[in-house]
Amino acid sequence: MKNTVEHPLKKYFRGEINYTTCPGCGNGIISQSILRAIDELNISFDQFAFVSGIGCSGWIPSPYFNTDILHVTHGRSVAFATGLKLAAPQLKVIICAGDGDTSAIGGNHFIHAARRNIDLTVICVNNEIFGMTGGQVAPTTPYSSKTTTTPYGSIERPFDLSNLSIAAGATFVARWTTYQARSLKNSIKKAIEHKGFSFIEVISQCPVQYGKVVGMRNDSVSMLMHYKECSVNIRKAKNMSEDELKDKIIVGDLVEKKNVPELTDEIKRLRREAKRK
Amino acid sequence: MKSSVRKEHKAEFLQGNIACAEGAIVAGCKFFAGYPITPASEIAHHMSKRMFEKDGTFIQTEDEIAAIANIIGASWGGVKSMTATSGPGISLMLENIGLAVVTETPCVIVNVQRGGPSTGSPTIAFQGDMLQPKFGSHGEYQIIALAPSSPQEMFDFTIIAFNKAEKYRVPVFILADALVGHMRERVDFPFEDEIILDERKKLETYQGIHQKIFLDENVAPMPIFGKGLKANITGSTHKEDGFRNVSDPQIMDNAIRKLSNKILKHKDDIIIVEEKYLEDAEVAIFSYGLVYRAVLETVNTARSEGLKVGSFRPITVWPFPQEQIEELSKKVKTIVVCENNLGQMYPFVKAAANGNAKVIFLPPKILGALYKQEEILNKIKEVI
Repeated sequence: MKNTVEHPLKKYFRGEINYTTCPGCGNGIISQSILRAIDELNISFDQFAFVSGIGCSGWIPSPYFNTDILHVTHGRSVAFATGLKLAAPQLKVIICAGDGDTSAIGGNHFIHAARRNIDLTVICVNNEIFGMTGGQVAPTTPYSSKTTTTPYGSIERPFDLSNLSIAAGATFVARWTTYQARSLKNSIKKAIEHKGFSFIEVISQCPVQYGKVVGMRNDSVSMLMHYKECSVNIRKAKNMSEDELKDKIIVGDLVEKKNVPELTDEIKRLRREAKRK
Repeated sequence: MKSSVRKEHKAEFLQGNIACAEGAIVAGCKFFAGYPITPASEIAHHMSKRMFEKDGTFIQTEDEIAAIANIIGASWGGVKSMTATSGPGISLMLENIGLAVVTETPCVIVNVQRGGPSTGSPTIAFQGDMLQPKFGSHGEYQIIALAPSSPQEMFDFTIIAFNKAEKYRVPVFILADALVGHMRERVDFPFEDEIILDERKKLETYQGIHQKIFLDENVAPMPIFGKGLKANITGSTHKEDGFRNVSDPQIMDNAIRKLSNKILKHKDDIIIVEEKYLEDAEVAIFSYGLVYRAVLETVNTARSEGLKVGSFRPITVWPFPQEQIEELSKKVKTIVVCENNLGQMYPFVKAAANGNAKVIFLPPKILGALYKQEEILNKIKEVI
């Protein structure tokens, strides 16, 4: 009889169905980081619900993760997750969204969820492009990039998603690239345990659509090495000038605020007060 | 008011919108999400107070897209949920209304109609959105919609809406209008033992990866989140187990037909119509919602003058009561359609009558203003 070794994360998958992502996609690294974080926290997978929208990021949980999955319309995952969390506050609700999901079509839901400090975790796969629809410019695409809808180069400045979430009131914010998978996992653990709105931005390679924009078509290894070279930890970045930080990716736990009222707690308080009156 | 020993009976002088909110509470609504809009805002005002008293949740969302998304999310969290808006809000919600249909999510959506298109006339009563819930979201689908004509019916029909939403796992609409929403009349609350509530069929235990949680014409059990049921919910075309398949036309065909048949097969249970003085009638007036009030008055007057006129009123406007109108068309010579628009339900009435009776549309003299009795009466005398 042949000895077989089971992958330690296999128990988190429904089975029978194969992943549909392109070769070299960052989704696999992010999936692993999420599942390793949950595994290390030793919380039952049944206590988690995943909500995702339209875009490649939606395929991280859906339909593969073997727990409750709500796969909804483009950009609206945070709004669906808000209703779910308010109705079932005992659930740990994680949203897997893309940069288009989060900051183009879904920007409004995103900033308002951050403002409300509702206990959700948004893991945003930022590949700086619309990947699934064929490599169109996104609100995160760097200035002057040539994409399928910016043949002359993008003329718009990109969003900094982490800073956007901080400005909107997110109480835990971290950014990593797919190169720093273990650090990413550690931040996801913190985000899951954080009571309030947590946002994790993962700069992730799309070798098929973004690779061709930066001359690294189908070469995810070069893209990962590029992330390695460009990444600067927030601790180090604090002592660097704006010039030195140009074209760098600042990574690390960017914000962690405690004792900010959380929305589901506030609702419990209102219920108590409404009944007293 | 007669006294009674039975608990919870009361009658109140209520605005239609408040009656709608109170009906929702009686129906067991525990979650309201909405965005301010005239002429529906009073529902949100009332719910913002009452939901918390009832251990429920109220949230004023960032827009109507979020409101519908919130109530769908809450429904999967296991609670009865609703939103209330007007036409512009429904326009924003339409994409996610399609998601509610395809994910078979029970929820109630109230449209207190106002003048449109666009910003239109926010305080004018109009029946301009009658086709919007049925045809506004893309694709082929069925929903349920009810048209109340008074505060009492805002109350009663909202309870029916929740019951049908629960029973058939489908979004149910209340198609009111600015006048029905804003008028104040006596509303009788039911006795506690008179209230009959339908509750969704829930999946009790996890049945394996291919558990049947969708696409049953007799309504599949709903796997509520957080119970270890490993629900697999998607807006993409899927099979009975929820697994996406967007390449096989047979699977898409199955999904669309099953979703539609889930409603159409149960039309007898879903469709409610009200018929008055039709036994010997030569002319029937078709009307619904606010317009029905003017029609009923006119029919009473016409009868007192000896005219053989009756009223046919769909309480359920979607699914459309096609068979009932076909039957009607075999009994009467003429059907006069009265609605506060330029003829939205009229083509459906005409198609259902199928040439058996003459179907004519009597447009209102001024859109948004109530029909005058003599306008309808003159038409009756003209066609009788």
